[in-house]
Amino acid sequence: MPFMTYAEASRAAIAEEMRRDPAVWAVGEDLGRGGVFGQYKGLVEEFGPERVSDAPISEACIMGAAVGAAMMGTRPIVEMRFSDFALCAVDELVNQAAKARYMFGGQTRVPLVVREPIGMWRSSAAQHSQSLEAWYAHIPGLVVVCPSTPADNKGLLKSAIRCDDPVVYMEHKNLWGLEGEVPEDDDFTVPIGEARVVREGGDLTIVSWSAQVHVCVKAAEALATRGIKAEVIDLRSLWPWDKARVLASVEKTGRLLIAQESVSVAGFGAEVAATVAERLHKALKAPVKRLGAPRAPISYAPPLEDAARVSKEMIVNTAEGLVRT
Amino acid sequence: MPAASRAGSRAPKGTPRDPAKKTIPNVLQFSKEEELHAYREMLLIRRFEEKAGQMYGMGLIGGFCHLYIGQEAVVVGMQMAAQEGDQVITGYRDHGHMLVCGMDPKGVMAELTGRRGGYSKGKGGSMHMFSKEKNFFGGHGIVGAQVSLGTGLAFANWYRNNGRVSLTYFGDGAANQGQVYESFNMAALWKLPVVYIIENNRYAMGTAVTRASAQTDFSKRGLSFNIPGEQVDGMDVRAVRDAGRRAIDYCRSGQGPYILEMQTYRYRGHSMSDPAKYRSKDEVTRMREEHDPIEQVRRRLLGEWKVSEDELKTIDAKVREIVNEAAEFATHDPEPDPSELWTDVLLDA
Ligand SMILES: Cc1ncc(C[n+]2csc(CCOP(=O)(O)OP(=O)(O)O)c2C)c(N)n1
Ligand SMILES: [Mg+2]
Repeated sequence: MPFMTYAEASRAAIAEEMRRDPAVWAVGEDLGRGGVFGQYKGLVEEFGPERVSDAPISEACIMGAAVGAAMMGTRPIVEMRFSDFALCAVDELVNQAAKARYMFGGQTRVPLVVREPIGMWRSSAAQHSQSLEAWYAHIPGLVVVCPSTPADNKGLLKSAIRCDDPVVYMEHKNLWGLEGEVPEDDDFTVPIGEARVVREGGDLTIVSWSAQVHVCVKAAEALATRGIKAEVIDLRSLWPWDKARVLASVEKTGRLLIAQESVSVAGFGAEVAATVAERLHKALKAPVKRLGAPRAPISYAPPLEDAARVSKEMIVNTAEGLVRT
Repeated sequence: MPAASRAGSRAPKGTPRDPAKKTIPNVLQFSKEEELHAYREMLLIRRFEEKAGQMYGMGLIGGFCHLYIGQEAVVVGMQMAAQEGDQVITGYRDHGHMLVCGMDPKGVMAELTGRRGGYSKGKGGSMHMFSKEKNFFGGHGIVGAQVSLGTGLAFANWYRNNGRVSLTYFGDGAANQGQVYESFNMAALWKLPVVYIIENNRYAMGTAVTRASAQTDFSKRGLSFNIPGEQVDGMDVRAVRDAGRRAIDYCRSGQGPYILEMQTYRYRGHSMSDPAKYRSKDEVTRMREEHDPIEQVRRRLLGEWKVSEDELKTIDAKVREIVNEAAEFATHDPEPDPSELWTDVLLDA
């Protein structure tokens, strides 16, 4: 299997899907020169500017026009670059794309992929660092995907492009350069809604998604040296999310810790915690714990930015607390 | 509040201009003092930005950092036309705007390095600073966002009838955002005192104006709202001040908004991480050699005003001293304490 970065994997996914299906096209700012993170590199050369189109800085219209074009049966990939910028186009996404299928009695579908990267990316400050995945998980009519590895970024993006409903596809800015094995096979996809067990263990379940998964794995390694076996689950998608997998794991371990980079208050971790509490009250050996960012904007200065992160140490300490109770 | 009563309650002084008619004025000459002032102010921005670029290279500044080198005449000329109390608001390419507003170079540089003494206590960085005292309303990272906010500053001026004007700056790329046109309509409808200053530096990141704009004459962007507009040589500080005075007078006299397209150029990449491969070296060299805003003033000072090289060197030395002091402060001022995470979030509870 070839080694690729997270960004390259997404490029491969788009190239394969564009070759397979002429209805697929991409639109956004600076795509012509490969996207600001190189996530579209080489695509305009292969597919031309009609299919990989450079748009003016007009997020609301980019999104709205893509919704219209999707209703016509084309399959747009909309690049918003930062989830923060996508907020300029929330009406088009939330009021239009998410509602159209249901509100019109199933007469139209919106096969749209909105790429809007999330996450802290050293010193990007308050308007370029947000992780807003929970916002979209709250909206009926939207699929929400948060890939954490190069292979998933290929497989999930391909599934997102093939999906007939709008997908909010949230890559993590800090992962663009992450390398990993990625299947070359054109038919390789990762189904949306299936979690990945990154590491098995019987003492507690750690649920996470996006870049935070990697921190959880490091924490699990540290816990292992202290004799605690943590099972780490990468949700991969927040809607639909793999309840069955999480419930089965917690039934086995009796302990649940959720770790997320985004703000903890009203975050997706709360949904996971509530679901487990509702279903598995008797199986729980300790209270469910959540770790997430404080409800404060992200700062520019590194010490303040770091203070908002969920660190390996925090996960280790919290997990130990759970197991030792 | 119905629009009619709004516009009627403060009757405009002076006759409205025909928005389609462009003035191509003879540029008023500067006095020697004005030339020296403009020279010093532009040089301060240039040296400050060069230092910021160096400090970025040394790892003292991180994240996003957008330099203003090449565009100095725009803010300096506008500030020479403005009055004390007029507001300034802009996007993320904001260092020059802050310096001409009279903000302390130490506080600006210390924000770039993310220190306690920075204007935002290290929380904002290069793109996000503010000074109520100097009427600078930010430093905004979302392209186009400042345009409706700047319209709101003008609304407050109108509401309080305080005679102030809002100077709202944005780029050629930002001019394609929808809220710009919502702002134009509202400002024209309510006759709000706002000058929309479009800094057309020919590129939005790597995208040349012609690749992103159906109408590249930005002075015409307000035509359908009856907003007068002018294209201005934004490399000539005299032309900027001239047009700035016309625009600001128009707004201050209650006739509504005004658009100035400043034709300018940025010498450096979009931000520190941009190698600017989308344009030729020649293009940059030509602009620098033939249109540099500082060099233009320098030549006039040495020629027409018979100022000696030594006098200019003294100015340069003073400017460098200010910038070095700022850099020194910004390097040694401590980083914020992690407890700052919890200040200024929301209610003090
Ligand atoms: C809503 C939004 N979309 C995209 C961006 C990314 N972005 C930052 S600056 C920029 C280009 C803006 O160009 P222009 O308005 O011409 O200003 P200049 O940088 O030339 O001063 C873009 C696309 C952003 N910050 N916000
Ligand atoms: Mg520009």
